[in-house]
Amino acid sequence: MSIIEVKGLTRKFKDLTAVNNVSFEVNRGEIFGFLGPNGAGKTTTINMLTTLLKPTSGQALINGFNAVKDKDKVRSSIGLIFQDPSLDDKLTAKENLKFHAWLYGESGEKMDQRIDNMLGLLDLAVRKKDLVETFSGGMKRRLEIARGLLHYPKVLFLDEPTIGLDPQTRNRIWEYIMQLRQKEDITMFMTTHYMDEAEYCDRIAIMDKGEIIAIDTPKKLKDMIGGDVITLITDNNDQATQEIKNKFGLEVNKKDDGLLITKETGEEFIPLLFRGLSMKVKSVDLRKPTLNDVFLKLTGREIRDEEASTYDKAKKFYKMRIRH
Amino acid sequence: MKKLFKEIYIIWLREMIRYWRTKPRLISSLAMPLIWLVLFGSGMKSAFAIGGGQAGFDFIQFLFPGVIGMSILFTSIFSVMSIVTDRQFGFLKEILVAPVSRVSIALGKILGGSTTAMIQGTIMILLSPIVGIKLSLGLVLAMLPVMFIASIALTSIGLVVASRMKSAEGFQMIMNFIMMPMFFLSGAMFPLSNLPNWMDILSKINPASYAIDLVRQVSFKFMDTPTQVIDLLSIDLFGHQVNLWTDLLIVSVFGVIMVTFGVFLFNKSD
Repeated sequence: MSIIEVKGLTRKFKDLTAVNNVSFEVNRGEIFGFLGPNGAGKTTTINMLTTLLKPTSGQALINGFNAVKDKDKVRSSIGLIFQDPSLDDKLTAKENLKFHAWLYGESGEKMDQRIDNMLGLLDLAVRKKDLVETFSGGMKRRLEIARGLLHYPKVLFLDEPTIGLDPQTRNRIWEYIMQLRQKEDITMFMTTHYMDEAEYCDRIAIMDKGEIIAIDTPKKLKDMIGGDVITLITDNNDQATQEIKNKFGLEVNKKDDGLLITKETGEEFIPLLFRGLSMKVKSVDLRKPTLNDVFLKLTGREIRDEEASTYDKAKKFYKMRIRH
Repeated sequence: MKKLFKEIYIIWLREMIRYWRTKPRLISSLAMPLIWLVLFGSGMKSAFAIGGGQAGFDFIQFLFPGVIGMSILFTSIFSVMSIVTDRQFGFLKEILVAPVSRVSIALGKILGGSTTAMIQGTIMILLSPIVGIKLSLGLVLAMLPVMFIASIALTSIGLVVASRMKSAEGFQMIMNFIMMPMFFLSGAMFPLSNLPNWMDILSKINPASYAIDLVRQVSFKFMDTPTQVIDLLSIDLFGHQVNLWTDLLIVSVFGVIMVTFGVFLFNKSD
């Protein structure tokens, strides 16, 4: 049974259609990812799934409940980690969790224990009595993850969970997420514009301009490229091109001083290639296709990580400015 | 019903903790009215005497309830700014995705704001002997419910504005536009008698006038104020003198309308 079922979900803001007729299902227990550039409609979709935004049309069922009609039941079924920080700086780590538990109607000794457990799991136990305003960005994120899972949600939504964090902290956050996934028996729904993060997902929906243009496992999506990318440099590239064409029937493209070949299961093809060539091979490089190649193939554009990180920085800078 | 009260309590409790922990806000909000009362009051006292300088009544006695009213007005309205800052810094989302009704959130915020206003009003009353006001238990006890009703009505004005505002700066701008005229036309600093006609009309439309008058009328009961002075200062509405109970009725009705309107707007906002 699917834990999330979305049919024809659409959201318009005046003239702009942010999300256009989106349909998909998420299976219980999987990590499902939305990948796409900034402004693709990922956050708008999450906001509709989490009852924060009313869809213009279409419907979304989460844990069997309608996101428009059964708001409270949906809200009890989900945990959320927002793109932007959403902690109360003037409360301590523990108070933030306690406040959260109360909001979800949970209190008592069992909950206190749960709070201490979660703080321990995310290595925040020592700092539990400190005000959140003294925390680093990574610690705040960890606390938000602990909070999102506190009330035993069925689905955890993570909207750009590592945005604005440095690479080391990002890896740590992912270690925690994967570890918790095993302990908590939970479905995760995440959005990201980082390629490497999308690889953590069991299935990915690639989103562009408000529409889903492909849904599959990361592996199958990359298989769409038609194989691995092999770069070959030999003593005699012209002769090599002829031999590859004749013996293997493959298309060969020249790039700088190398030859480019696309072939499925390239790691098995390389030994055959070596045996079939008469000249000396200087170097060979095998590259698996990335999700960026997939996005490029589908849209003709790249999801540019550099561009995204400049955007993050600007966003972070603006946040800091208004805070002081 | 029990769920509703519990939710309101949680939202209220957080406001209280934040109020207590934000020390600069705590100090400045207490210092400002005190400065008005001590410096402005003492200065003006020598400048003129009300009612032809009757014995037993001076400007401080007039100003004291006004300053309490002002303190309530400012604190109430600005306390709701926490909705805007919560929204600005993302915390509001955490509350909005929880299975908690928007009505509880709005009511919790209103009660939180009113409580801080009441605490400040009470501290002002307790400090009143500094400027020579006779303090009595009766005065404190009578003022509490009055301050409560007045601050709920005033906090709700803030909620109406806050339910739509996205930035604290914007909220402050709008509130200053609303609050300054409200404050100057409320009779907190000078009597509303003998005003030019246009100002007289505005002051009578101003709900804060009745809130201030309510606070003043109640405190006069404990200050041996001459009846002549009370008559002179009370608001004249359609040829009738507004008494304590009329004030109370007007402020309560206004409060109910504003709470309903504020909760309605907050409920509708995304």
